[in-house]
Amino acid sequence: MKNLFDELNKDYRFKEGFHTCINCGTCTAVCPAAEFYCYDPRQIVSIVQTKDDQKIEELLKSDRIWYCGECMSCVTRCPRKNGPGLVIMALRELSIRLGYFVESEKGRQMLPLTHALTGNILNYGYCVHPKSFKWEDHKESGPVFKWHLEHLQDSMARLGANYDGDGPGVLRRIPKESLDELKAIFDVTGGTERIKHVEQCSAKKAKEMGMTDEEYEKMAFEYCSDKHFNN
Amino acid sequence: MIYEGKQKIWSDYQKEIPDDHWYYVRSCIRQNFFPASERMFTEITRNVLGKDMYETPFHTTCGGIAYHADTIPQETVMTIVARQFALMTEAGYENYCPSCITSFGNYAEILETWREFPELEARIRENLWKACRREFNKPKYLAHTSDLIYHWREQIREKAKHLLINRETGEPLRIVEHIGCHYAKMFPHKGVGGAEYPYVLAGMVESWGGEVIDYPERRHCCGYGFRQYHVKANRGYSVSNTHKKFESMEPFHPDAIITNCPGCPYFLDRWQYVIAEQTGKTYGRNGYGIPVFTYEELAGLVLGYDPWDLGLQLHQVAVEPLLDKMGVEYDPKAKYLGLNKEDLMKPEMPSSIKCC
Repeated sequence: MKNLFDELNKDYRFKEGFHTCINCGTCTAVCPAAEFYCYDPRQIVSIVQTKDDQKIEELLKSDRIWYCGECMSCVTRCPRKNGPGLVIMALRELSIRLGYFVESEKGRQMLPLTHALTGNILNYGYCVHPKSFKWEDHKESGPVFKWHLEHLQDSMARLGANYDGDGPGVLRRIPKESLDELKAIFDVTGGTERIKHVEQCSAKKAKEMGMTDEEYEKMAFEYCSDKHFNN
Repeated sequence: MIYEGKQKIWSDYQKEIPDDHWYYVRSCIRQNFFPASERMFTEITRNVLGKDMYETPFHTTCGGIAYHADTIPQETVMTIVARQFALMTEAGYENYCPSCITSFGNYAEILETWREFPELEARIRENLWKACRREFNKPKYLAHTSDLIYHWREQIREKAKHLLINRETGEPLRIVEHIGCHYAKMFPHKGVGGAEYPYVLAGMVESWGGEVIDYPERRHCCGYGFRQYHVKANRGYSVSNTHKKFESMEPFHPDAIITNCPGCPYFLDRWQYVIAEQTGKTYGRNGYGIPVFTYEELAGLVLGYDPWDLGLQLHQVAVEPLLDKMGVEYDPKAKYLGLNKEDLMKPEMPSSIKCC
């Protein structure tokens, strides 16, 4: 077993966000996630501070590290210049790298998230794109946005966008050579490898849970048990 | 606190904003949900204010959303950003302005991390060369596009056709300003006014005649939370945080909300609709919500642009109450028409909150 604390300490976000914590709880007091979920960033940092590998491994396999919204409100308030949100980012990175993310309901969400966001980047050059935005999965976007999507070309033209067009402008089609460069960046920096790793770990877990890959991904995207909440 | 002390603290949170020659990069979220705001930004800066605002079609996402949803490694997002900087360098610019707050925070974080760990910057330069055969200079100035509208707010005021003043009472309109978390919470010195008293939107509101509302949850996140919205199972997190803000601001009777983040106006608008549909509660008067605006939309109204050219028809919460208070003229029948008055039919109307 690797020394998990040492592994965390190699992450630049951990280097920046982890200093001695005085357990004041200011981060928890301002945290939007802590009000909603059974989540306590003070406790997370406190566990990491013990450097106890068994406790850190439990954390990496738990739902708790996936509750943070990375708003970084904690960074502003910490009197010791810690960044619990940055510590969370390092914990998530390690959980993914070691394949522990599939052991928790919230961690398993990595599969639909990875497919949606990296798919949009590599296919379109945007993190979000109308061609992959399914209104049925986003009913909160409301009837106005449904109407907009139904008349996308016309509505975008009315608003002065250059939707799917050449040249600059709003929602232009990103040139193929730029998309090729993004793909090359993913290949060189471990982005492509990360996608495959998440898919492989998820496929193995789906099999273990007696599900097809599609069932697993749908469950990860939609299912929410009632164990996560404060109230 | 003595006055000189206050002045000293305030001066620490001022940023130098060059007056011209900016390299502009777009926002993934805003292009999808507020396309006319970005168009209006270039319209105002280039055609109204006469500024050089350069855009290349070859720029892409900065990867910030994917990074904060933990789906791409840090070196991947850094190299995507390095490519963006290379395009700026090749175009001959050194003032860099992203339209997105997640991007702004991403760029600020990356530049700070490279400053602290130069060996990482060297590795990213190698990555970029391997992947794209490009080299880059770091921007001399980094500003969010709301910083620029703040910087030019008095010039906009000089050209104003409407002010944030109730035309019937003559009183200033009461405006909630909501700042995106990644504008200054991570690096307070990167934002105008810092994280505690950010002035970037408040300055616009005051210049354009309005009054800024202070309320308890003024600095609370809108609830985007990246993975907490993009995964369907987590969206309760998002709506709960927006609900908390609205419950907090309700007693202060805001006339409108101004935002500078891509996600915030979407969530503050759409979750009002969801809350109304789920509970029947609306936060405005007579079944209306509180209209939510981007800073370009509000600047456009002040400058006298047609509300439907500003894209206000894409809001789920009706904007008309604010238009009426400001005295903005508009054609209700033209709201959902397409280009050249083409009939695009109309969206369904929600049952519990007014959309028109």
